[in-house]
Amino acid sequence: MKYDKRLIQLHPSDNVLVVCQSIDAGHILINGVMKNLSKPVAVGHKLARTDIAAGDKVIRYGVSIGSAIAPITAGSHVHLHNMKSDYIPPHSRDAAQGETV
Amino acid sequence: MKGYLRQDGRKGIRNIIVVAYLVECAHHVSRLIVSRAGDDVQLIGFPGCYPNAYALKMMTRLCTHPNVSAALIVSLGCEGFNREALHQAVKNSGRPVKMCVIQECGGTRPAIETGVAWIKQVQGSIRSLPTAPLSVDELMIATICGGSDGTSGISANPAVGVCFDKLVEQGATCLFEETGELIGCEQIMAERAVTPELGEEIKACVTKAAHYYTTMGYGSFAPGNADGGLTTQEEKSMGAYMKSGYSQISGIIKPGDIPPSSGLYLLDVVPDGEPRFGFPNISDNAEIMEMVACGAHLTLFTTGRGSVVGSAISPVIKICANPETYNRMQDDMDVNAGRIILGEASLEQVGNEVYGEVLRVAAGGHSKSEELGHQESILTYKTFEPVGPSCLPMASLSV
Repeated sequence: MKYDKRLIQLHPSDNVLVVCQSIDAGHILINGVMKNLSKPVAVGHKLARTDIAAGDKVIRYGVSIGSAIAPITAGSHVHLHNMKSDYIPPHSRDAAQGETV
Repeated sequence: MKGYLRQDGRKGIRNIIVVAYLVECAHHVSRLIVSRAGDDVQLIGFPGCYPNAYALKMMTRLCTHPNVSAALIVSLGCEGFNREALHQAVKNSGRPVKMCVIQECGGTRPAIETGVAWIKQVQGSIRSLPTAPLSVDELMIATICGGSDGTSGISANPAVGVCFDKLVEQGATCLFEETGELIGCEQIMAERAVTPELGEEIKACVTKAAHYYTTMGYGSFAPGNADGGLTTQEEKSMGAYMKSGYSQISGIIKPGDIPPSSGLYLLDVVPDGEPRFGFPNISDNAEIMEMVACGAHLTLFTTGRGSVVGSAISPVIKICANPETYNRMQDDMDVNAGRIILGEASLEQVGNEVYGEVLRVAAGGHSKSEELGHQESILTYKTFEPVGPSCLPMASLSV
């Protein structure tokens, strides 16, 4: 088994896996290698399947969904803190509040 | 599989008589006719009194849909709908058609009696209509998502994509839509177009949707999406887009256009020109009706939170994305794609299961919504320009 069953790879070329059932912090199998997850991750979030260099495309569904803005190691949580949209600026509550101030 | 052979060469998977009201004032009479006429009779209609070219085209396509064997047109008598044009079009299609004008019949009771008597008479003759072998490459399958949640984009939508790829490979015609929810995917979609010119049209189509929705006040994606794990706009749109699979895109059509060839088509449901009549589609059934008007035999409906709708004319197959929703609403769901979420089935397995359901329902088996009697239909005002020549490269190739 290459992956924990709580993770799904949606396309063969994806470099992220999607969390299908919430995962607690601790050990998790990624690409046949045991990795350590520092925080719990909820359904719908992404973990890196491989190491992703800063500037590399993040691939989900076999297509780019944005770019890494920091080096991401396999097994890490991939989200607003380490990737960005190539289409429109990231869209977080913090950013939204910032605009209204 | 066997289909009901129609005069235009298309084949139906159902043999329905439609009762079509042309204004809300004729709705009640039509509904009572349907309720007294039996299972194979269904209600469709248009509520407005003012004429509209789109509504006439939609009603014409619906009354001459391959799943429809005959049509009873119910008019009050003074509404703006061009009932003669509709009547003539149905007649030209070779179907039995009857016009019932309530004011001329003498009111509610005689109109109902006239309608029911005509249907009883037609029911006998349509049972002996010719059937012919029906193959997968003669089917037209549509897809829509409604009541989506965080699971839709990782289970039900990509599973429908797997099914769509298989259908397109076998020569079927497939339709997807919701350009307003494809914002951010236009570049990727354009790369799948059979010609670069079609690619440009696809991008223009999404730009039009973005403009329209912005004017309506719903142009932006909610920041709360990030809580569900979505990081970028293109990621969110990709979830909806996954229903289309990975096949080449053969063209763009508009509501009521019949695709000129097999393959995958994008249905542009957003009206042309400045927003005039409100939201492009006020609910899921408005979009389903538009795909049915293009000739779709059945619709694959993905849902996370749990939609229950079906449709008049063409059956709806429900693919439930969320395992918890499936457990709560099993009677309404045909396929449990939530098993992907639970790690109990692969995308490929569920995609094949959806494909199996398509064949079963096309062969006459009932979908859950059909069994439950769902026959929703809705039609509102819209304005469209015809598609440009670059939108249908397959049509020019076949000339």
